[in-house]
Parts: sequence; C-alpha cells; structure tokens
Amino acid sequence: MTTQPLTPDAIWHALSTVPDPEIPVVSITDMGMVRDVAVDGGSVSVTFTPTFSGCPALHVIKASIEQAVRDLGVADVSVQSTLTPPWTTDWINEGARERLREYGIAPPAPAGHGLIQLDVEPTRCPRCASMNVRMTASFGPTLCKRMYVCDSCREPFEGFKSV
Amino acid sequence: MTATTTTLTPTQTQTLLLKLTVLADDEIILAHRGGEWTGHAPILEEDIALANIAQDELGHAGLYLTLAQSLGGSDPDRVAFWRGPDDYLNARLVELPKGDWALTMLRQFLYDTYEALWLEAATRSTYAPLAEVAAKAVREEKFHLQHTALWAERLALGTSESTRRIQTALDELWPYAAQLFQPIDGEAELTGVGILPDLSAVHARWHDLVTRHLHDKCGLILPANAEAGAGRDTHTEHLAPLLLEMQSVARDYPDAQDW
Repeated sequence: MTTQPLTPDAIWHALSTVPDPEIPVVSITDMGMVRDVAVDGGSVSVTFTPTFSGCPALHVIKASIEQAVRDLGVADVSVQSTLTPPWTTDWINEGARERLREYGIAPPAPAGHGLIQLDVEPTRCPRCASMNVRMTASFGPTLCKRMYVCDSCREPFEGFKSV
Repeated sequence: MTATTTTLTPTQTQTLLLKLTVLADDEIILAHRGGEWTGHAPILEEDIALANIAQDELGHAGLYLTLAQSLGGSDPDRVAFWRGPDDYLNARLVELPKGDWALTMLRQFLYDTYEALWLEAATRSTYAPLAEVAAKAVREEKFHLQHTALWAERLALGTSESTRRIQTALDELWPYAAQLFQPIDGEAELTGVGILPDLSAVHARWHDLVTRHLHDKCGLILPANAEAGAGRDTHTEHLAPLLLEMQSVARDYPDAQDW
C-alpha cells in the first residue's frame, strides 16, 4: 500500500462518500453535517453537527465517519459533535437538492429567520414542479420530512422541512 | 449587550444543574405520554406525528442532560431510567394520563407554546452552552406548535362534540399549566445575571399567545388563572405507573452495553 500524505482534502473526500443513513442518495457532506476536519500528524479529528437533536441515526453517522477515516489507514480518529451553529437545511448543497428531487423528495425552501411562526413554507412537487400542492401530514417517516400530495399530477410525495 | 460567559460559580452550577433536570424531566414524561398513542392514534399520519414530536422532545431532554453531565451531573441514561417518582421533577401537567385526543393535543399545545417561548428567550442566555442548546431545540419546536395549534383549532371549530371535548380538556389542564412558570429555588439569581430566561416574562407572552389562539381564534373559554400549587417534588398517582413501564427494559437489563 502506498502511503500518501494525509490531507484534510483527502478526509473530506472520504467523508463525501458516507451516505445519510435515512436518505442514501445524499452524503453527510452534501447535507452540511460535517463542520470541521483537522489533521494533526497521524491523527484525525472530525466535527459534525446533528440535523435533528432526536435523530436516531446519530450513532450510525458517528460510526460511519470513524470507519471512513479508518479506511484511509488512519488509526487515531476522533469524532465530536457540535451544536453551534445549529444545522440548517440551507447548508444542503445544490447537487444534493437535485438528487433529492430525482429521488422524489421536495428539497427544503430557504429556512428564513422567523423561528416561531405558525405558517408553513412553500413547497414544489418534485415530479411535475407544480406549486399546487397540499400538505397531508405535517410529520413524515423521518424527523426531517413531512407528507404532501400534488393536486396537479396527483402524486403523493415527501418534502423536506425547512429548518 | 451582556457578555456571554462559560464559567459559573458553584452555586450557579448547582442551580443550573437542577433546572436542566427539571426541563429534561418535563420532556421525558411528555414524550412517554405521546408515545402511548403509537398504534392507537385516530389515523396513521397522526400516529406518526405524535411519535415524531415525542422523539424531538426526547432529543431535547438529551441536550439538557448532556449539558447537565458536563456540569457534573450523572449519565443521561442513569438520570432517565434509574430515578423513581420521588426524584422526578416534572410538572404534574405532563404526567396526567393521555386522556382523549383533545386532551393530548391541547396539553401538547399548551406545553409547546411554553417550550417554544422559553427556548426563544434562552437563546439569549449569557451562559453560551445553554444558548447553543436552545438555538438547536427551538428550530424543532416550531413544527410542534404549527401542528398542535392547528389541531386545537380543528377540534374547537369542528363539531359540537369536538368543541365539548377540547373545552373539557382546557378546563381540566389549565390549572396544571401554571406550574410550568413556577421558578425553582435559586432560579431568580440565574435570571438576574441573564443565564436563565425570566419565567414571569415567558408566562406573560405565553398567556398572550394562548389567549389569542384558543380564545380569540378558536372561541374557547379560558378558565380563571390558577396558583401553581405544590412544588415539583409533589406528583399525582399517575407518575409511578408511568415510570414503571418506561423504565422496565433498562432495569431488566442493567448491564446492557448496546441498545
């Protein structure tokens, strides 16, 4: 095995192949969950932020990060989580938004700044792009999504909450 | 603008530890009551919604208890699963049996409104780690509020039966809600230095928001304001059986390493 110098870029690249356990078409870097990578000699420290505080996939994500870095031949890996700044769906990158749409999940609208509001954000059908949609359930199969139906193409779909 | 701090005096640390336990206990017990609807809610979507809400509340409890642990508190799982009814400090509001759908939704609305407003104020805490926790949790809480506010409206303006049920729930729950705004011993000192939100200010905002929604919009009659009553170490007969069920798996397998 050839030894390549360990760079943060190499670590970031490895982490970009770690799928989100609940939405496997996007990676944890696509989602903006990886906040920092630090390389100090032979040891690597990765800081990530949880999407939702009660997300049951957090320990899976932490273990996957460790494994991805170990697969580069790094023995000394530490993974920390941070709450600051709090994760926002605004960090989901453009490529991932397109893959979410193709997968049938409406990507999140811009999160905005009003933290406490009773109105819901606008959403577009991921199949026909119509905005003539109705929310059918304000919570969905995972903490980050809610359920809709499109009144133009009649398809039900999942939409990302804007957080 | 007040400077933020990350250092606390020993007295402040003890008070904050207690407050974090109080906050977590409310979340844990309410989450369990929400979870009791799993498989029993009127429709599948609502079953899922309540499970989601309960999961978020448990996540918030995890944030509070992890912060408490950093201040010298016990492991969050120990705190949740190995304390009995004499040690739990939740408000009586959240331990009442789940009742009917109207009671469950109205209780969640009264609680979510309080929690969202408290968290919003706590984002300005001068103790930076608490401000961080609040900033995380408040983003999730807005979805609960949207959901339960809509249910309160739907039931209040629905049929005569649904109106009767939610008014009955409001009459029953209203006196219990007052306890949420009762400060713990020493809380005033932490409020004075901006570490904790001023509960009386949160109470005033809560009362305003709840009145505008339940009375002005939904046409419900708000009962007369009640006293908070006995402290958080006093419970109804409903807490002990809840804990027995909630803690049974952890206590049956005390050496479990992996869940």
